[in-house]
Amino acid sequence: MSGTNRPRRGWGARLVILIPALWLAVFFAVPFLIVLKISLSQSAIAQPPYTPVLDLAAGWQGLKDWAAGLSLESYALLASDSLYVSSYLRSLQIAALSTAILLLIGYPIAYGIARAPRRMQAVLVMAIVLPFLTAFLIRIYALVTILQREGLLNDALLALSLVREPLVWLSTDTAIVIGIVYSYLPFMVLPLYASLEKMDDTLLEAAADLGCPWWKAFWLVTVPLSAPGIVAGALLCFIPIVGEFVIPDLLGGSDALMIGQTLWTEFFSNKDWPAASALAVALLAILLVPIMIYQHIQMRALEHR
Amino acid sequence: MNGSSDKTRPLLRFEGVVKRFGDVPAVDRVSLDIHEGEFFALLGPSGCGKTTLLRMLAGFEQLTEGHILLDGQDIGDVPPHRRPVNMMFQSYALFPHLTVAGNVAFGLKQEALPKSEIESRVSAMLALVRLEGYGGRKPQQLSGGQRQRVALARALVKRPRVLLLDEPLSALDRKLREETRFELVELQQRLGLTFIIVTHDQHEAMIMADRIGVMNRGQLVQVGPPSEVYEQPNSRWVAGFIGDINLIEGRVAATGPQGTEIKSETAGRLHAAQPADVSLGTSVWLAVRPEKVSIAAHAPEGSQTNVFAGKVADIGYLGNSSLYKVKLDNGLVMTAVVANRTRLLERPIGRYDRVWLSFPSDAGVVLTR
Repeated sequence: MSGTNRPRRGWGARLVILIPALWLAVFFAVPFLIVLKISLSQSAIAQPPYTPVLDLAAGWQGLKDWAAGLSLESYALLASDSLYVSSYLRSLQIAALSTAILLLIGYPIAYGIARAPRRMQAVLVMAIVLPFLTAFLIRIYALVTILQREGLLNDALLALSLVREPLVWLSTDTAIVIGIVYSYLPFMVLPLYASLEKMDDTLLEAAADLGCPWWKAFWLVTVPLSAPGIVAGALLCFIPIVGEFVIPDLLGGSDALMIGQTLWTEFFSNKDWPAASALAVALLAILLVPIMIYQHIQMRALEHR
Repeated sequence: MNGSSDKTRPLLRFEGVVKRFGDVPAVDRVSLDIHEGEFFALLGPSGCGKTTLLRMLAGFEQLTEGHILLDGQDIGDVPPHRRPVNMMFQSYALFPHLTVAGNVAFGLKQEALPKSEIESRVSAMLALVRLEGYGGRKPQQLSGGQRQRVALARALVKRPRVLLLDEPLSALDRKLREETRFELVELQQRLGLTFIIVTHDQHEAMIMADRIGVMNRGQLVQVGPPSEVYEQPNSRWVAGFIGDINLIEGRVAATGPQGTEIKSETAGRLHAAQPADVSLGTSVWLAVRPEKVSIAAHAPEGSQTNVFAGKVADIGYLGNSSLYKVKLDNGLVMTAVVANRTRLLERPIGRYDRVWLSFPSDAGVVLTR
């Protein structure tokens, strides 16, 4: 790709870029700036519940007054209270564990679909997506009934004599991870399937021909060639899981919160909008790291094409 | 060379090999011996079973019936990764995530050789295929011809007992393909290896191979050196598949040491130098290659055997030769190809001219099927 002989973009091409740019500006950049602004304010008993409020009607003076009232106090709060730090760490930990399990379950599923006869593949992909046709909340509440003390899971374990006493599932981290893995599986399987489905079977024959048993060829050929799918699937799951709110709220306990829950508490229970906003900005900063790693890998993959 | 193998035993033996996909036989009762150091070509139209036969030898397809013996050992149950044969794939099947050197080293790493030996063998092999300095590149960064050489190096570096080449030149453009044919032969002779090539291109097979096995509908229909398969085809199908052919139908009138006399209802009396091992009256075909047919503007003097009068229906100018399609008085269309030895801008024989075609007795082959 050389920039020198790239044709000049016409109006059509510019319009095509303008649409996503406009979308991002209206629905991401502007709201983010508002959140950033609130995070630099201070909590107050008022409407809206923070000061200073930008008064554009007061003109230049209004802007100056507003800027003078900004502070990093909320960010100092985040650093000082271990509740927030542990909340972040817990979210990252649960997200990492869930992503690892998703990969372990998702890879064989994607591999199986990619190896199935052509006509079966569409049906199997549909089957993976099918649960999404049921409302998300209904599926999570169904999990509550499955995981509760007299639920299906304990009934099954008792019937199989695997346990003597019903186990406690609900309100544990295990329940959160089960809920997350169940809900996010398609996001892991689909990118993996997309990269495995493209793979040329002759490469595996070539590996065998060169003296490589099939299980070794899987490690030396299949896995490295599906790396883009692994990275895409892992990030597609990891990033939203870190900020997950509904699943830990419904399935998890109340003693240790994930960052999404902490954020919700600050916003709605404590009415501390600046602290909640600061939490959100910090979360975004943390998630930027994996996103940038992903970008980097994507660029490298493009260069090699 | 393998000291234990005696001279009479072939390196490779196919014994009644059958492969069926469902009810359809893809390979039908093929028996064939291939000797050490041979360059053997499996030639046939697409779908004739030649690639399936090669894939059975590599171990990618199971035999339905029969045996394949390598050095006298039945390799039917040996998985592909344990067979001492290597394949160069039609698509090359280079690993896109590995460098050129990584691709070539892949097979050696499976043998758990010391690192230093792998490195020296890889660099020696890259030098052999003239890819020094390309070891660090990815396959996607190479031209088609370079990729082809990487694929060759990757298979050769394993020092296989037999190297299998599946349409190795089909992805190259014409000029490069022609050069590479000779390079492959030269390489095979230098290394003293046994090569089996699968191709649908008769020129490729004839230029490169010591022997050709012609396949049709799963069966091996003729095996022999290129000249024999061309000059002495054993059926009308082989004669027509390898080059162009004129076929004249008739019945055997006499046969003996003086040759075969054929009486044709359309073309009169014909004579072939070779005796035919058939009873009198049998329906046969006399096959004559177009370049063995002479064309003249006057009736030849002397014997009128193997002489036909007709009218030029079409002329094809090929540069180095000219092709004449002549409609004979008896209705048959015969083709004659004449080398353009002198530089003439106007052919002495033009379209619709009356001409006489003739060929010597030793030009024709009597075919019974």
